[in-house]
Amino acid sequence: MEGVTATGEAPPARSPSPGVSLRLVQELEGHEDRAWGVAWRPCGGSSVLASCSGDKTVRIWEHASGSSPASATWACKAVLDSSHTRTVRQISWSPNGDMLASASFDATIGMWEYVGGDFSFIASFEGHENEVKSVAWNSAGTLMASCSRDKSVWIWEVLPGHEFECVSVLNGHTQDVKMLVWHPSLDILVSTSYDNTIKVWTEDGDGDDWHCAQTLGPPGRGHTSTVWSASFNATGDCLVTSSDDLTLIVWDTSADLTNSGSDDSAKWKHLTTISGYHDRTIFSVNWSRLNGFIASGAGDDCIRIFVESESQESAQEGSQSYELVHKHEKAHTADVNCVQWHPKDPRLLASAGDDGVVKIWELVGELPPALSATS
Amino acid sequence: MAPALINANPVVHEKKERTAKLQANYNDSSPDVIDELEIFDHVRDITDPEHPYSLEQLNVVTEDSIFVDDSKSYVKITFTPTVQHCSMATIIGLSLRLKLLRCLPPRFKVDIFLAPGSHSTEAAINKQLNDKERVAAAFENPNLVDLVEKCLVSTEE
Repeated sequence: MEGVTATGEAPPARSPSPGVSLRLVQELEGHEDRAWGVAWRPCGGSSVLASCSGDKTVRIWEHASGSSPASATWACKAVLDSSHTRTVRQISWSPNGDMLASASFDATIGMWEYVGGDFSFIASFEGHENEVKSVAWNSAGTLMASCSRDKSVWIWEVLPGHEFECVSVLNGHTQDVKMLVWHPSLDILVSTSYDNTIKVWTEDGDGDDWHCAQTLGPPGRGHTSTVWSASFNATGDCLVTSSDDLTLIVWDTSADLTNSGSDDSAKWKHLTTISGYHDRTIFSVNWSRLNGFIASGAGDDCIRIFVESESQESAQEGSQSYELVHKHEKAHTADVNCVQWHPKDPRLLASAGDDGVVKIWELVGELPPALSATS
Repeated sequence: MAPALINANPVVHEKKERTAKLQANYNDSSPDVIDELEIFDHVRDITDPEHPYSLEQLNVVTEDSIFVDDSKSYVKITFTPTVQHCSMATIIGLSLRLKLLRCLPPRFKVDIFLAPGSHSTEAAINKQLNDKERVAAAFENPNLVDLVEKCLVSTEE
């Protein structure tokens, strides 16, 4: 299959090489307003999924013990409704699965502890001037970041005893900051914004000196409208971003930005623009760390799955290209706001939509070989 | 002291005669098909945020400024504020959005734009009105909702 270029149209429809599709495992109903986000608990024996909504709550879903998570045995185990007074926009588990942070339009970050299957509310953190839109933990669980319509990104240090101390307030975006994502192994933070750019934040030496190492976007190659979402691949040498401009962009993030200077070889670079597939805003993109599949969720109610293609043509050009391997129409009856691959089971995907429903999907068909372990 | 009006003397146009289309629609064979006139009927009586006139009377929206593709569940409204620097443009846009949110089946996608050249900060307002996260946050702001609801009272008889 030939490559998709920044300017070209999508290639004509052909039978996608790996024949995969999504099978609906279960619809999880309960939210009373649009469902904005889902987050799989990253570890633990059984699968646990958290979801958040415009109904101001977080819901916790678990499948029946002893059954496959790909069977329709999911049920709501808890409703966390006491921490926020407005929309809960996004949620994020700490890497060890002990804590769940929530970002809310009420300008606070909520923090829950998950012990022995029960949730207890620890605290809410104030500081942002208005809507908090995203929270994210670094891979070691030592830092948490938050961002807001107030245009700032805050870095919080996780201290013993459930204490969180703000160590840096990062200004640089000229508009709302929509989403944060950390590099899978390094302390590099990526923020996406309504200002159409993506910023990369790194820290020099002793922990408190954070700065913007690079801005991806205008005047260089990048998105031409709001960047809603970003996701790293397993090794962290590529990043995919999704935008209101109806494209996904894959960036080469292998350059070491801590070794900065004006040397161009030490910068992250635009690799490929995936255009011509989406009909409305792409609210979410998620790169499977297990098999390399990229899932997108968009305002056209579809979930799409892309995979890097092995075309000789693109190899000759020295660039990568991606092909659409599955498009699931009407995945939700309204906008798809979030898609997330399961951290351990390469077949499972969760989604959240404006229809207020959370869905569990199973990827069926011929899967690519699992990526080699990266730990 | 009342704040100065942004447009103290707007041109007021006559209301178009109401057709019996809405009524007729209920009787035809495809009652679920939504067209431009039906959308116009939903929004024509929205009150301008600073005048006791409707959006129709001020020519802020017309039937021609509405595009509907029912088969694709898509609605696009283009509106023209009475003056280029109208600070009420966002409120008008949010009023249109809330009204359609209440009237249309949820399958519909709605885009709302300022008419090209009709506003000094056209691009910024268009971006805001079509960012659903910003709109969702605005609809959680009681002061803003108050303003928008006042514009919609006249449409809900």
